Amino acid sequence: MAAKLRAPGLLRAGVLTLVGIAFAAILDLTVRAATNAEPLVNGEAITLVALLAAPFFFLGGLGAFDEWLYWASGKPSRPEDHSGHGATSWKDYFRVNTDHKVIGVQYVVTSFFFMLVGGLLAMLVRAELAAPGAQFVDPNTYNGLFSVHASLMIFLFIIPVFAGMANYVLPLMIGAPDMAFPRLNALSFWMLPIAGVMMTLSFFAPGGSFATGWTAYAPLSTEVPMGQMFFTIGVQFAGASSIATALNFLVTIITMRAPGMSFWRMPLLVWANFATSLLVVIATPFVAASQLFVLLDYALGFNFFNVERGGDVLMYQHVFWFYSHPAVYIMMLPGFGIISEVLAVKSRKPIFGYRMMAFSLLAIVLLGFTVWAHHMFVSGMQPWIRVPMMITTAIIAVPTGIKIFSWLATIWRGVLHLDTPMLWSLGFITMFVLGGISGVMLAIIPIDIHVSDTYFVVAHIHYVLYGGSVFTIFAGIYYWFPKMTGRMFDERLGKVHFWMTFVSFNLTFAPMHLIGVQGMPRRVADYTEQFAGWNMFISLASFLLGLSTLVFVYNVVASWRGGTRAEANPWRAMTLEWQVSSPPPIFNFDAVPTVVGGPYEYGVPGAVHGVFRPAGQPDPHAKEPAGASARADAAGATHHGGTET
Amino acid sequence: MGSEQVKTSRESRIELFKMLGIGAVASVIGIIAGLAIDWFPIQASEEAKQIDSLWDLLLGVSVPVFVLVQAIVLYCVWKFRVRPGEEDKDGPPIHGDTKIEMIWTAIPAIILLVLCVYAYLVLEDIEGAKADTMDVRVVGEQFTWTFYYPGEDGKEIASKELYLPVNRSISFDVQTKDVLHDFWVPAFRMKIDAVPGTTQHVRATPTREGTYPVVCAELCGLGHAVMRQNARVVSGAAFETWLKEQPGKTNPGATAGNQGSAGQPAGLSGKELFTSVQPTCSSCHTLADAGSNSSTGPNLDDALEGKSEEYIRQGILEPDQQIAAGFSAGIMPPNYDETLKPEEVDALVKYLAKVTK
Repeated sequence: MAAKLRAPGLLRAGVLTLVGIAFAAILDLTVRAATNAEPLVNGEAITLVALLAAPFFFLGGLGAFDEWLYWASGKPSRPEDHSGHGATSWKDYFRVNTDHKVIGVQYVVTSFFFMLVGGLLAMLVRAELAAPGAQFVDPNTYNGLFSVHASLMIFLFIIPVFAGMANYVLPLMIGAPDMAFPRLNALSFWMLPIAGVMMTLSFFAPGGSFATGWTAYAPLSTEVPMGQMFFTIGVQFAGASSIATALNFLVTIITMRAPGMSFWRMPLLVWANFATSLLVVIATPFVAASQLFVLLDYALGFNFFNVERGGDVLMYQHVFWFYSHPAVYIMMLPGFGIISEVLAVKSRKPIFGYRMMAFSLLAIVLLGFTVWAHHMFVSGMQPWIRVPMMITTAIIAVPTGIKIFSWLATIWRGVLHLDTPMLWSLGFITMFVLGGISGVMLAIIPIDIHVSDTYFVVAHIHYVLYGGSVFTIFAGIYYWFPKMTGRMFDERLGKVHFWMTFVSFNLTFAPMHLIGVQGMPRRVADYTEQFAGWNMFISLASFLLGLSTLVFVYNVVASWRGGTRAEANPWRAMTLEWQVSSPPPIFNFDAVPTVVGGPYEYGVPGAVHGVFRPAGQPDPHAKEPAGASARADAAGATHHGGTET
Repeated sequence: MGSEQVKTSRESRIELFKMLGIGAVASVIGIIAGLAIDWFPIQASEEAKQIDSLWDLLLGVSVPVFVLVQAIVLYCVWKFRVRPGEEDKDGPPIHGDTKIEMIWTAIPAIILLVLCVYAYLVLEDIEGAKADTMDVRVVGEQFTWTFYYPGEDGKEIASKELYLPVNRSISFDVQTKDVLHDFWVPAFRMKIDAVPGTTQHVRATPTREGTYPVVCAELCGLGHAVMRQNARVVSGAAFETWLKEQPGKTNPGATAGNQGSAGQPAGLSGKELFTSVQPTCSSCHTLADAGSNSSTGPNLDDALEGKSEEYIRQGILEPDQQIAAGFSAGIMPPNYDETLKPEEVDALVKYLAKVTK
């Protein structure tokens, strides 16, 4: 028992969490006694300090800091011998593991767990909204339901599930044995359940959960019961996790590419995560700051947002949206990468305009930082700012349009395999275009004045984040499921899942455009009689949408347990992750791959992306005028003349 | 090899034209359907007319874009899906075409810029200063609006209902006593946040007599959903009559925008407390004796009729213990036991018991 307690793991983490709470209580009581604060024992103050301190004790108990503590205390640190790599039983997923493939699975499963929790909250929201007036929750609980729903879906599902998928496949795609900083990678993952549990547990806080929306606008958020702090502090952990992972991706992509893998030979998923990581590293500190301001105002009586003491309410919104608009692209660009992978493979054609696809990602990163105040057209900021923000917002549709058109040109004249990953990808294109169109409408100031803070906005963000991001997530999960689990999923159930979701998604969210324009504000538990019919319709459709997710869960669980064994490369894809077994060997590659061509050379006779041979030896696959194609590749030319001239 | 390619490119062009034809027809149908939908609430202001026609223009541009993408996807699915025997076939290795890529970069950019310029002109139009403008001060608080009209001798006239003369430009000066709110009249299409510490401005010119909802559009706490009042647009003459009928009381909250809950005068009578304690009872409850007529909370003339002092006391201090039919818990501030002194609670209870006997 004692040995078990000393060993890193969940048991030690649990005990140390209790120690952390005790530490917080003692620290709080000491400070309050020293400053003669009344009353001496303040439950809220202790909880607040515990929220900040206990997670570090938890991480320490798990073993996330063991190596660093050895090093810091002068003990001989143990060089990573990779004995912890791989997972032999499900228990291995509940400890600190430095294998990027294990971490990838940890990320994805955790994210989907919180997606189910967040989805359940959405079902409760829709049940309350099925009829006007109060049904079964009071306004405080209702505000909590949609606030926690949004926070979980954004911070615990969409952002981390992309990080998880990339964690799994990105090192494989660039021919690396692991991520650049495996221990940091493990720490990044374990901060995530902390944030998720904190946000979910907020429902048990005195006064109920945080109920000011995921936007947590000040000064409301500084004046509400302490459930708000579960968001404020939870975001710090989710944000730190995001930033650390992004740094890890950037260093991995820049320094650990296989020989021959030039930037212009990288698969677009790698490009997409490169762009996303840039966004995360630059923008995420801003949301951490905005919540830190709220924390200081709430707990210590700072006056960031107290106008009577010179505070500035609009400052919160500027800092918040300076992250939270780029966050939309953080939640979208990795999906763009997934769609490029799936469409090229499933259409058996090279990506049309590969370089423009990469450049448009970078253009979105750059423009993404110039549009934040379009969330504030009616906020009362200086009116002139609205006009440049309208123009940049409209212009950001251009690189996005380039991507859509390039994907259409990719499937044009291809040989389309309409299986589950492909259906989700095509479904994504059709739905995301609608989200993009309503986005441009929202950019047009006079329209936005009327529809901001209405259900039109709710419809827009769900077309972008559900019809957009979540569709790409499903495309990616189905596409890499054989690689990650070594099993094939049930194709028939995958199609049922797609069609059920596609139909009920549109039935749920399309009518929201209409009731929004007609004047239904968002974030209300009660509404006027005129919207009753549509809301009942939407609620019924949303329950169907909820059920469709269960089809997915069943398919994944059943296939993981007993699906047919997957081949190494069931899709006949060229990228490197498909050139190794499913699931891949513990150290990814038994021989270091050398990249000799582009990642999507489908239909080019004899073309290969990577070969497993020592660098410098002649390419046995080159049959064509070898010199010409090698030169073209070396120059990174994507516009092969071959068939066009 | 060369002639084969000419053939495929001609076939490809014919396919493209066929698709464009279908797309054009579908676009026209889509635009007609889009315009047929009754999108907006009733159109009751000058600004609404312009915003509604801008919307129609956007629909006209959006539908063809949507149809174009759908048509290509569906056409590809129909025409290029894998056939039996083609399982191992690859498509033609087309890597790109600079000319086409430039076209689909430039054309959307031009369309979007033109839309922006047009939107800017509309914006200038609806927000520009107009002659003969009347100022109305709008003050939001959790969870009600109060409207102040310029009266004689610089005194303001307060109202819980927004009365407006038809066909006269109104400038709303929007303030808040506590958190963010958003003043929105959907029938006018105009809204602006009420921001602590500032006065925000928004204009509208009502063009149609009638009663329209005033809605709070920014999440402001528990009672956000019920922070709804009415805007009554009446003829100029009727407005003047209404204004004259209003009690010429000076507004006690003329400077309340920056006052907060501190500094409540001591030793007030129950009736004075009813209208001055922040947030005021009168801002949510109807009480004939105090002249308040809000319907955010229960009508106290009915709800407290014949009730004991103990019942009324509990209603103030623990509002969620007894909830009147049709109202929800959690909306009335639960902290009056902290913001009120015991003697003030006593005074209020006595007053309410007396006037609702």
